[in-house]
Amino acid sequence: MTGTWLIRGARPLGGGPADIVIKDGLIDRLGGTAGPAGAQVIGAEGLIALPGLVDLHTHLREPGREDAETVETGTRAAALGGFTAVHAMANTDPVADTAGVVEQIWRLGRQAGHCDVHPVGAVTVGLGGKQLAELGAMADSAARVRVFSDDGRCVSDAVLMRRALEYVKAFDGVIAQHAQEPRLTDGAQLNEGEMSGRLGLAGWPAVAEEAIIARDCLLAAHVGSALHVCHVSTAGSVEIIRWAKGKGWRVTAEVTPHHLLLTDSLAASYDPVYKVNPPLRTAADVEALRQGLADGTIDCVATDHAPHPVEDKETEWDTAAFGMTGLETALRVVQQAMVDTGLLDWAGVADRMSRRPAAIGRLPGPAGTLGAGQPASLALYDAAARDVVDPATHASRSRNSPFAGMELPGRVVATFRRGVPTVLDGKLA
Amino acid sequence: MNRHLISAGDLTRDDALLILDTADELARISDRPIKKLPTLRGRTVVNLFFEDSTRTRISFEAAAKRLSADVINFSAKGSSVAKGESLKDTALTLEAMGADAVIVRHSASGAPQRLAGWVRGTVVNAGDGAHEHPTQALLDAFTIRRHFGRSSGPPAGPEAARTGTAGSALDGLRVTIVGDVLHSRVARSNVLLLHTLGADVTLVAPPTLLPVAVGSWPCSVSYDFDAALPKSDVVMMLRVQQERMNAAYFPSVREYSRRYGLDVARMAQLPDQAIVMHPGPMNRGVEIAARVADSARSTIVEQVANGVSVRMAVLYLLLGGAEAES
Repeated sequence: MTGTWLIRGARPLGGGPADIVIKDGLIDRLGGTAGPAGAQVIGAEGLIALPGLVDLHTHLREPGREDAETVETGTRAAALGGFTAVHAMANTDPVADTAGVVEQIWRLGRQAGHCDVHPVGAVTVGLGGKQLAELGAMADSAARVRVFSDDGRCVSDAVLMRRALEYVKAFDGVIAQHAQEPRLTDGAQLNEGEMSGRLGLAGWPAVAEEAIIARDCLLAAHVGSALHVCHVSTAGSVEIIRWAKGKGWRVTAEVTPHHLLLTDSLAASYDPVYKVNPPLRTAADVEALRQGLADGTIDCVATDHAPHPVEDKETEWDTAAFGMTGLETALRVVQQAMVDTGLLDWAGVADRMSRRPAAIGRLPGPAGTLGAGQPASLALYDAAARDVVDPATHASRSRNSPFAGMELPGRVVATFRRGVPTVLDGKLA
Repeated sequence: MNRHLISAGDLTRDDALLILDTADELARISDRPIKKLPTLRGRTVVNLFFEDSTRTRISFEAAAKRLSADVINFSAKGSSVAKGESLKDTALTLEAMGADAVIVRHSASGAPQRLAGWVRGTVVNAGDGAHEHPTQALLDAFTIRRHFGRSSGPPAGPEAARTGTAGSALDGLRVTIVGDVLHSRVARSNVLLLHTLGADVTLVAPPTLLPVAVGSWPCSVSYDFDAALPKSDVVMMLRVQQERMNAAYFPSVREYSRRYGLDVARMAQLPDQAIVMHPGPMNRGVEIAARVADSARSTIVEQVANGVSVRMAVLYLLLGGAEAES
């Protein structure tokens, strides 16, 4: 299946056109003219060639909620979004808190074959926040877990967080924190501010995120370990992370596509498709997040793809589930929010959506760049395309896209993983 | 006017005045021995109450019946809702039964707006979570207007107001709303509607019971009840919910009552013409002293009576009025 491919006229990282030759799973050549004999040819004139995207934050829902998503459907969605690797969050049922469960998810990913699946291990048993899960066993398993997170819940106990940060130093792990002070967000529904006050929805204050991030940065510095901050959503969080990085501490952070584009004013419809955790914030927060991603304070974009079945969203706001799908729209949203606004060029996009998340995830190999001799994992993207997002066409099993009905730029034309096409002409290969 | 009444903010000044003027006319019918009009004959009004509220339900029921509508009371308790039926399925059921209007009370903010997306009939919000209660605000405005005839000169008593209020708004009247604004749908609707009608609204509460962004609301805010009293034509006391009393919003019920309760001494600080309102049900001795609630300044019983007239006007204009025009 790893044939020889000639990708004609694509623009690596948005630069000048260059033919790309793929052979034996590797990028055989970048540039030059003479095509190899017998190669399959893709006319890619004008398309941007990016290294395969890496998502640090994906909910594949399997095992447990196969009605929302499976590894198969979720990795299809990922490939269609230009991703060649995703990190599957641990809040499944059963929770991915043992070597057995993470290996099961890892194997399901290998079988699905649409993109690499790197399981994230839970920090605490059952996400209970009481007792460390067997982090070492997950690290040593076939799944080679390096990222640990109780995502969906915050490791709010300061001592437990400290111990987790310390413990994973033994195998170069990283704790990815869902920063949410639980007492400040009891029953919280929406960003606390003008909208929550007007709509009568319980507020989710920015300080509940910022206080935990500040504490965790200090803890990470104290024990000399690596902290990754999930889905940063407030201007204040960006400032704190900028400060921590300025100290030289090992802190990294991600932002979701939806927090780069949408604001809490959308909640005025009370349509829970806009209900997400952390919540959509204000336009000032969106602007600060964009600036933070542009200047590198925020390392990467991570989707927090959170599929939910219709019945969990077609309800009153209070009872609806938190979360939004995002794999199939991520790159398009980033183009809209970051590239078309002049904040990032395509090399910057490659850095924030491939190189840096791969590095944070401790992925082996030179993922995140394009160059001769490297594994041929890449995406071809038509930045000139535009259309209206229709979740009914998505490969994800769920339809809860907040971008439904919005016109967005761009289209993923093809995705290759180690020389094998997973998407061709915008469809699964 | 919109097809639905979800938020008091949906009403323009003209809309609000039309409702109040219509309510004025309909109130006269309540004084007759036979209180019924044939306006909504053959129309079906559903009272969909997911939250217990006997007084609001009865008020809407009386209003609909006086307009000759067929009334169906649908209480969530003991119904299919208690067995896990979704709001959407309930909506589709009502739709299939041909409800012309659905009056909905729900503990979740925004539930009436969601419902309006699923039914063809008119949706009237009878209180949703901590969001809004627009007919309460309308009946409060109606009550205030009756007490302060605005057609000419200084404020007059209720009898004078009865004749000269049509078309007049509440311009320049000083309304002080006191209590748990954070969780109060009554406060939200009143701030929006009274502002639309030209009143100067001041919210008084401990800072813990005000939304953090209350500064963006069209009203003033004060933490000092005593300072606000002499500058109030209307004082509206909000109920303190039992569940707030143990959630650190204030140190104790007694302290709350001392700082933000309306007792006889505070009432004496009010200007002569000022009235005291409460949307009910009251916690006597907490936010309002019994002697204040039962005093001549209190409009609490009157508010209940006015509720029926205002709700008749809302149903008439949203259902019958539209029919008559077309």
